[in-house]
Amino acid sequence: MRFESPDTIEQAVELLNTCDGISRLLAGGTDVLVQLRLALVEPDLIVDIKNIAGMRNITAEDGGFRIGAAVSGAEMGEHEGLVALWPGVVEAMELVGSTQVQGRATLAGNLCNASPAADSVPAMVVANAVARIVGPNGTRDCPVIDIPVGPSKTSLAKGEVITSIYLPARPDNSGDAYLRFIPRTEMDIAVSSAGVNLTIDSAGVVTQAQVSLGAVAPTVLVVDDAAKAIIGTKLDDDAISALQAACSAACNPIDDKRGTVEFRTKTAGVMAKRAALIAYSRAGGSK
Amino acid sequence: MSKIHVSTSINGDAVEYLCDPSETLLDVLRNRVGLTGAKEGCGSGDCGACSVELDGRLVCSCLVLAAEAEGKEVSTVEGMADGEKLHVLQQKILDHAALQCGVCTPGILVAAKALLEKNPDPTETEVRYWLAGNLCRCTGYDKIIRAVMDAAAEMRGA
Ligand SMILES: Cc1cc2nc3c(=O)[nH]c(=O)nc-3n(C[C@H](O)[C@H](O)[C@H](O)COP(=O)(O)OP(=O)(O)OC[C@H]3O[C@@H](n4cnc5c(N)ncnc54)[C@H](O)[C@@H]3O)c2cc1C
Ligand code: FES
Ligand code: FES
Repeated sequence: MRFESPDTIEQAVELLNTCDGISRLLAGGTDVLVQLRLALVEPDLIVDIKNIAGMRNITAEDGGFRIGAAVSGAEMGEHEGLVALWPGVVEAMELVGSTQVQGRATLAGNLCNASPAADSVPAMVVANAVARIVGPNGTRDCPVIDIPVGPSKTSLAKGEVITSIYLPARPDNSGDAYLRFIPRTEMDIAVSSAGVNLTIDSAGVVTQAQVSLGAVAPTVLVVDDAAKAIIGTKLDDDAISALQAACSAACNPIDDKRGTVEFRTKTAGVMAKRAALIAYSRAGGSK
Repeated sequence: MSKIHVSTSINGDAVEYLCDPSETLLDVLRNRVGLTGAKEGCGSGDCGACSVELDGRLVCSCLVLAAEAEGKEVSTVEGMADGEKLHVLQQKILDHAALQCGVCTPGILVAAKALLEKNPDPTETEVRYWLAGNLCRCTGYDKIIRAVMDAAAEMRGA
């Protein structure tokens, strides 16, 4: 195994693109090091992206924030502007692992590891987050929702690197939230999870919404029917019940030691309901 | 396999080592640098026994490649005491009998020190969440939490 820590993105892309064997990017390493240890992967080349200029910055851009691919969860939580604009995305990232894991884990790593239970992904998807990707053919932007294509599989081509993730500006009176169900209080992988992003008008009526679910299908699910169920409402009981039912109906989970199909299906709806209520109150709505 | 030459700083001292590309920082601290304070409980980020600070950030050294330490500052439990004088946290862990086998203790000390540098006046809940990634199979945690709270109070007073 070769270890490289290039200073420029061009060098990183070149290294990956010209490697004939197995290569892995290294961001926080909290997935990669575990996979090395368990010999799940035996790479010929590891490319550390943390010394590339700009990768460790959070920068304001067009009313939103661009988060460099090597920014850790802990750094996101310490950024007041980011926490104020997208609290749901930050709280999702802060659920990842322990304090120690937080010191290293990144959003882009969580996305590219492509676990169906990755915590930040449902939150990024409802935020309409966009990944900036640099590869052998130049730079492109791709919505986060289109990156994972199955467990441990992404749509990134050989030599492509995510350099940043962009969280856009949002209208006034908007709120987002992410919740997961785990059997413990800390340090566990989601059995089911939900992200909700919504905007309300001055009367407290929801004008736009996005709802997503994690850990209940091979990739993150966007549940349009659940969003439709709350748009035009003040999140009254009927609207909430319809959102919950739409979420449960969308689930296609696995049965394993963490949760049965029935349990995941039920709790996904409950997580969505509670996340919607938190997002509503963050948007300034009162109930 | 060709070795990587790394220049780093450990507890304020300049240190150089040669390592394999796949070696972790924990392996190098223990096997090449002779600092055996950080322990390997799991090797997969779950137990926190290997906790160190890397450029002031609390991390699991089992999840860091040794080659990544190039140009960085590493702090381990060996850097906590001032000569013979124990750090307040170390003294409080002893006073409260907050250890039995002691395997978790170096990681708890490093993690608790990082917490108190960031938040000198944590609530008990904040201490418990901060240390959630430091597993202890002996004490039942309660004495550890008391020791950290007591150390925090003393450090605020001092
Ligand atoms: C103890 C422990 C607890 C955990 N708990 C959780 C949890 O609660 N929830 C959760 O979702 N995850 C959890 N994880 C998994 C992991 O911490 C997260 O997935 C984390 O966000 C990964 O980020 P990283 O920067 O460490 O990724 P790395 O390990 O560096 O990389 C992960 C993958 O993404 C690729 N990659 C990284 N960066 C890029 C990039 N910029 N462009 C393209 N590809 C890239 C890598 O090649 C690799 O395949 C846990 C891990 C540990 C060890
Ligand atoms: S040995 Fe590193 S977390 Fe257990
Ligand atoms: S004292 Fe034995 S593991 Fe904590």
